[in-house]
Amino acid sequence: MQVTLKIFRYNPEVDTTFHYESYVIENAQETDRVLDLLEHVKGYNDGTLSFRRSCAHGVCGSDALRINGRNMLACKALVRDVGEKITIEPLLGLKVVKDLIVDMEPFFDNYKKVLPWFINDSPLPADGRERLQSPEQRARFDDTTKCIMCAACTTSCPSFWASDDYLGPAALVAAHRFVFDSRDEAAAERMEIVSETSGLARCHTAFNCTMACPREIQITKAIGELKMATITGRVE
Amino acid sequence: MNNVHQFDVVVVGAGGAGLMAGLYASRGAKTAVISKLYPTRSHTGAAQGGISAALGNYEEDKPEWHSYDTVKGSDYLGDQDAIEFMCNEAIDAVLELEHMGLPFDRTPQGKISQRPFGGHTNNETGKPVRRAAHAADRTGHMILQTLYQQCLKNKVNFFDEYQVLDFLIVNGKTAGVIAVELATGELHTFHAKSVVFATGGHGRIFEVTSNAYAYTGDGAAVLLRRGIPLEDMEFFQFHPTGIYKLGILITEGVRGEGGILINGLGERFMPKYAPTVKDLASRDVVSRAIYTEIREGRGVNGQNYVYLDVRPESVIKYAAMDGRTNLDGTPYTITGEQVLAKLPDIIDFCRVYLGVDPITQMMPIQPTAHYTMGGIPTNKFGEVVIDENNTVFPGLYAAGECACVSVHGANRLGTNSLLDLVVFGKYAGLKAAEYANQAEFETLPSDVESAARSQFDALRNGSGKENAFDLSTEMKKVMFEEVGIYRSEKGMKAAIQKIQEWKARYQQVKVSDAGRIFNTELLNAWELGNMLDIAEVVAECALNRKESRGGHSREDFPNRDDHNWLKHTLAWKKNGKVEIGYKPVVITKHKPKERVY
Repeated sequence: MQVTLKIFRYNPEVDTTFHYESYVIENAQETDRVLDLLEHVKGYNDGTLSFRRSCAHGVCGSDALRINGRNMLACKALVRDVGEKITIEPLLGLKVVKDLIVDMEPFFDNYKKVLPWFINDSPLPADGRERLQSPEQRARFDDTTKCIMCAACTTSCPSFWASDDYLGPAALVAAHRFVFDSRDEAAAERMEIVSETSGLARCHTAFNCTMACPREIQITKAIGELKMATITGRVE
Repeated sequence: MNNVHQFDVVVVGAGGAGLMAGLYASRGAKTAVISKLYPTRSHTGAAQGGISAALGNYEEDKPEWHSYDTVKGSDYLGDQDAIEFMCNEAIDAVLELEHMGLPFDRTPQGKISQRPFGGHTNNETGKPVRRAAHAADRTGHMILQTLYQQCLKNKVNFFDEYQVLDFLIVNGKTAGVIAVELATGELHTFHAKSVVFATGGHGRIFEVTSNAYAYTGDGAAVLLRRGIPLEDMEFFQFHPTGIYKLGILITEGVRGEGGILINGLGERFMPKYAPTVKDLASRDVVSRAIYTEIREGRGVNGQNYVYLDVRPESVIKYAAMDGRTNLDGTPYTITGEQVLAKLPDIIDFCRVYLGVDPITQMMPIQPTAHYTMGGIPTNKFGEVVIDENNTVFPGLYAAGECACVSVHGANRLGTNSLLDLVVFGKYAGLKAAEYANQAEFETLPSDVESAARSQFDALRNGSGKENAFDLSTEMKKVMFEEVGIYRSEKGMKAAIQKIQEWKARYQQVKVSDAGRIFNTELLNAWELGNMLDIAEVVAECALNRKESRGGHSREDFPNRDDHNWLKHTLAWKKNGKVEIGYKPVVITKHKPKERVY
């Protein structure tokens, strides 16, 4: 089948502004990944086309892009799902560096603000073994451990687009992963951080993040659980 | 030289091994971790099934059993002192990960949950043992996340999206590395006393692979060009269950949970090849079995694939035939919901890429290029050793998939890769800091970036007669066919001939992107050069080894030959040619014997 790609192009060393280029690929398969098509264009049409990719099967988080207006991983979007006319653009809300590559630093900076690391300063079990955690306690935060930090959620969020300082859904997902871990001891500190005006209050439950997540994390629900904890003062 | 940085220790690569090395080195010395990807993009994150340790959380297990299984899995080519070291360290290593917050799945008692895996056995009964500690089917993802988070907590210095191009040697000692900052295209000199390479594997030299695009053998190729040998490069693991055509990994954990392999006739075929542990035999054994079924005409619909079946009714049926029971002695059962809970990512991959729901349908699979057992030779402390006498190169360390300790020998056991990178990443980091604290910085010569710059210049100024993408595609296809699961002299000689042609054609590649900022075309072309160098070593070493052992299967030499070949290969690149030498295998307790599963 024939597939037409319309790709956002911007080379900061040459261009004053962005433009779109179209590429026609003959003999595409409906099971081709959009990433395969991008590789094809880079290999045979224009070697300068720039994008990030690594694992090519949806676990490394490198290739989140706007495909036909929706945030997806290029390696998890198949032609049969997105159709024969495909518009590919960089994520919104982060500065475009070149073509489909955006500046991820602000995204990771927000992540780092929520203390996204395990904190437990109590002595280890005397036998040196694992801290115990019931399967139910473990299940409590399972969903938010799946995050691959691709930024598809944060860059789909209207509040993130509109504000300079919103932590964004991905950082809140990271906070949730630790706040609801029964072994972690820094829930109060993290709740203080996410309760600032740059945090939970900026979520207006648009659900864009949940729709965009390639890992199918129930992000809006996770944020809701954090909000509930600020109201009740309890993490449960 | 505008961009010069000085660190006691530089770690190259930020997957599990690099992060562990960075974490430990930074506790004792000024350390930088340089990675061509953001750390969380590293391929450790794609590891699925588990990390092995004889925790014994469900049933009796011992580090000695783990060691023996690893030795047997290695087809007796693993160094037994290093294997014993790793398996003894395993319990503390996994507990340390838990203490760092890693969300392992849990037993009903709240302990770390474990599942059966290929080649993991109770040495007294020969039956599978639950040794693989897991977090659903994303154990590698959780290790990568946890280690990255701990590095952030401990304020490790990261240089993200910097590609290391060259290793600096002054006075026969480590002096640092040269890297290009992808965002600007500028070269940077990292002046260092110790360097740890943790750059992962090179599975992208093969057409069908589970490996990330990033897996182009950069670290091994950089060191090879600087005169460091590579060890046992003929041994490459083909994982039995990759998604048909795409090569995406389907964890062995599927078979650990009771999944079985079915050929085109609807028969379960593994009992023919491994009468005791059947579908849970070692990976090389299972991959050859699948290939044999396909070659003898029992692929599905005459195609190059068979089925992996984890539908609950099939699992229950075959578990009953095998007499598999739960720990309380009741017959083993599983529900669709449990399959989904234990293997969520696998289910997702199949639904997305195949349109197949593994709860109700069988998965089409074929063996996929997965892991290199060979790599940069090290001892069990991660110190790089550069000759037959294991002479240590001052200040140079390697860990993880790019290294060859050797704990995997001719075939790696499932889950030992994650264990390897945690254990040896830690020791490489500790030793690198220890060395740096008693060493002086070597004085850098003035033209330190020239070799790296000339490599880039050559790619920018080629004639443009050749297309890098075409070259790469040809290489992967020939390597998969001729230097893949089954190998013969004729095919490998043809492949080596081709590799020489590709290397000549590579000189005619021209990078069309003249820019500096994120010049990914230049980066990819440079990576292709690494893959060609590595492919050459793999093919030469494979042609040289005239026996079959573990992942190296010669049709013209179908048997293991301990008399002539119970030895490691070392390969140097000298004067444009691959030179081969050997070193002995360390054998402590386990004398080589026939390997039956």
